[in-house]
Amino acid sequence: MSIMGEGRPVLSVENLAVHIRTDAGVARILDDVTFAVPRGGALGVVGESGCGKSTLLRAILGILPRGATVPKGAVLFEDRDILTDRAASARGRIGFIPQDPYLSLNPVFRAGDQFLEIMRRHAPGSRRDHRDTLVELFRAVQLPDPGGALAKYPHQFSGGQRQRLLIAAALACEPALVVADEPTTALDVTTQREILGLLRQLTTERGLSLLFVTHDFGVLAAVCDQVAVLYAGRVAETGPTRAVLDDPQHPYARMLLACHPDRAVDLLGIPGTVPAATAQPPGCRFHPRCPASRADCAGVPPPLLPLAAGRAVACPYHAEAMLG
Amino acid sequence: MARYILRRVLLALPALFGLVLLTFVLTRVIPGDPAATLAGDSATPAQIADIRARYGLDRPIWEQALVHVKQVLTGDLGSSIFSGRPVIEEIGFRLPATLELTFFALFLATAIGIPLGVVAALNHNGPVDQLVRLISVGGLAIASFWLALMLQLVFAMEWDVLPLRGRVEVELGTPPLRTGFLLIDSLLAGRLDQFRDALWHLVLPAVTLCLPGLASIARFTRSGMLEMLQKDFVLYARAAGYGRFRLYAIYVLRNAVTVTVTQIGLLFGALISGAVAVEAIYDWPGLGTYAVQAILSADYKALLAVTLVVGVVYAAVNVLVDVVQALVDPRVAEDIR
Amino acid sequence: MIALRRLLRDPVACFGLLLVLGALFIALFAPWIAPYPEDAYESHIMQRLRPPSAEFPFGTDNLGRDILSRVILGTRSALVVAVAVVGASLLIGVPIGLLAGWRDGWLSDVLMRLTDVFLAVPQLILALALGQLLAPGLSTAMLALALTYWPFFARTVYAETRRLRTALFVDALAGIGASTTRILLLHVLPNAAPAILIRATIGMGFTILTAALLGFLGVGAAPPSPDWGLAVAEARQHLPEAWWFPTFPGLAILLLVLGFNLLGDGLRDIADPRLRRSRH
Repeated sequence: MSIMGEGRPVLSVENLAVHIRTDAGVARILDDVTFAVPRGGALGVVGESGCGKSTLLRAILGILPRGATVPKGAVLFEDRDILTDRAASARGRIGFIPQDPYLSLNPVFRAGDQFLEIMRRHAPGSRRDHRDTLVELFRAVQLPDPGGALAKYPHQFSGGQRQRLLIAAALACEPALVVADEPTTALDVTTQREILGLLRQLTTERGLSLLFVTHDFGVLAAVCDQVAVLYAGRVAETGPTRAVLDDPQHPYARMLLACHPDRAVDLLGIPGTVPAATAQPPGCRFHPRCPASRADCAGVPPPLLPLAAGRAVACPYHAEAMLG
Repeated sequence: MARYILRRVLLALPALFGLVLLTFVLTRVIPGDPAATLAGDSATPAQIADIRARYGLDRPIWEQALVHVKQVLTGDLGSSIFSGRPVIEEIGFRLPATLELTFFALFLATAIGIPLGVVAALNHNGPVDQLVRLISVGGLAIASFWLALMLQLVFAMEWDVLPLRGRVEVELGTPPLRTGFLLIDSLLAGRLDQFRDALWHLVLPAVTLCLPGLASIARFTRSGMLEMLQKDFVLYARAAGYGRFRLYAIYVLRNAVTVTVTQIGLLFGALISGAVAVEAIYDWPGLGTYAVQAILSADYKALLAVTLVVGVVYAAVNVLVDVVQALVDPRVAEDIR
Repeated sequence: MIALRRLLRDPVACFGLLLVLGALFIALFAPWIAPYPEDAYESHIMQRLRPPSAEFPFGTDNLGRDILSRVILGTRSALVVAVAVVGASLLIGVPIGLLAGWRDGWLSDVLMRLTDVFLAVPQLILALALGQLLAPGLSTAMLALALTYWPFFARTVYAETRRLRTALFVDALAGIGASTTRILLLHVLPNAAPAILIRATIGMGFTILTAALLGFLGVGAAPPSPDWGLAVAEARQHLPEAWWFPTFPGLAILLLVLGFNLLGDGLRDIADPRLRRSRH
């Protein structure tokens, strides 16, 4: 693969396809998705809602919904395919930070007990060790009164505090990779910035890899050094964050960044609508909306073409399209 | 927490007071002359007038109501017209029998209904779910008196494996009554044979009585579980690597059960009503048979007392349910302040 | 229409609908369907307590009457009682619920507390007491059932009215000067109709069950009426010899109540589609 840190990547998704049976037919939610998270690096997956971000996440976390099938591809975590190799040990090695801190904790259990249950299954050591680890992590995420936090219920924390709790929990089992699902969308702007800074700081300090899923280019730029742009279940473009943001190659990425200076992904500025997952167009899935599309765009789906400096783009006409 | 409990108790009082008044209204205002009923069909007008005066039925209605409320508040429920003994004493003997039966039935309903609901929710729209749905709807459709008769027919008459009626085998005797609950009293007395006997007598009535409750609990647990399974925290817990059994059987169930617990409170009223029929068929010496007897002998003092006691028990169970709910879900006690 | 199509897609609810429609058909044409329609009131001592046979598929009872005919004839009274009781409960409960839900202040409080009190009264005991105070009989039993069932409608309608009162369109109607009665009858009530319908369907099953119990306890239908509950009660003295005597009337109760309950259950599923989907 073209995007590579030093050595083997910690997570690599290879030609992954996920289909879901629905009443309206088979939805090809993901179709040939490939990217890799380098060891110690931070990769952002960016895309609008409906592009397959959450299904991708669920595949990586091993919680695909009922009715989902994986016709091809693999998710390699530390060189083992976690889709076929159901060894539970991969669970603790991937820390997860969910999207909504208000809804992601069970309201009727103490926060500490919820995290200790995860550690009981996935971290070595006694319950006492686990408690000590958690309190230490609570301190690291700058939670007020780290010792008392264990015995509190979720509703006794503010939103920002809950997200700090969840970050601490994601780190609790000494993971190699942290997966974050838009962890700041439910928070106000100030808190958002603090949480992002904290996340960046903690992963760098501990040498962790980060997979960050978002719809917001601004957030992406603050946290990730690599980016993969997802459109309708396929990777449109990948590369170093700076390079992609400053000089996007794929027409989709370019239009997004051009019509949205605030860099939040939103297709309102692009004519046409996102195709339904059950009725994807043939060939390049973006071609019905693409201003530079040609007759053969509806033929074979374009593969990711490697470019210079670790970049890749899924459009054979990216150079011409740029002129036009 | 203590404040919360006190509040729940205070909230129950107006409903109880209303019940006292209602029972009075029911026995006095509705067409029909209690004095005439008491005196019997062949009584002369003089005899009726005599009874009317003796029971204070010739006073103005508001005065009668006042006397009634005063008597109830001082715990004086009067004497049974039928047996002449203080009503409160007769009820004191029969209430534990009914409570033992209803609590045991409630225990069965919960112990079977909750797992059924969980299994159904986890197989949502699958064959197991449809089966549980049929059971839970069917359980509410069976006439308890008919089920009782059928169970008697099969288990007591044809196969003779369980006792037909009653609460104890006469030749075995009863343990000294301390709590009035035979299961507990026999254990306190160290009489395992009596414990077994009491349990055996309890099986058929309790199974009959528990079925509607079981059905309701299964369905509420199912819908509670389904609602909770949609929540983000379940997704998070699965992603974070909770064990499957622990996730569903403890983590999600506890949320789902808050709904079920409320229902158990409402169910208790239905259980007590159901106990009337079940007791009548199994000759269970509880409040139900007492109420039927009181009605058939026009013993309105006894009937009033039964209605009141049942109302108080019902209110107490609902306060208890609120407290349990506050224990299960820590937000409840804080929200309803 | 959409609701009906959804209902027909649900096999369990369809089964319920089938049972109810079947019972309705039997009730309408009972005198023509029953093999021995005169057995409602006649007795034939010579052929008492015969086991099921080709001649009497469900056997005969203690007075030699054909049980199948009496089960068929009893369908009509069971349905009539249910419709009358649920109808009366609707007439009491719906206006109270509407009024209490619409108004604020003491009237609303008093009405709802009254509802609570009636809910706290043990239903069966009230029915039995009424049966004793008035003359025991079917009409008394029906009165008692209606008196104890209306609070359920009041509660349902109250909750719906409260919910709708805060809805925007109701404010808009009040803004253009629609009268309260008009808003309640033409706008709030139709919106509360699904909830009322579900409650009423389940209430039908519940009423049939309780009416049968009252018949069984001797304060409902009186002999020689072909009442199902009464038949089970009469059968008690003839056990264990005549197992068929209580079995078939009891099964009739079970099937009819099951029909209403399954139908109500299916309707409730349609009204609350959240529970249809599954995310795990």
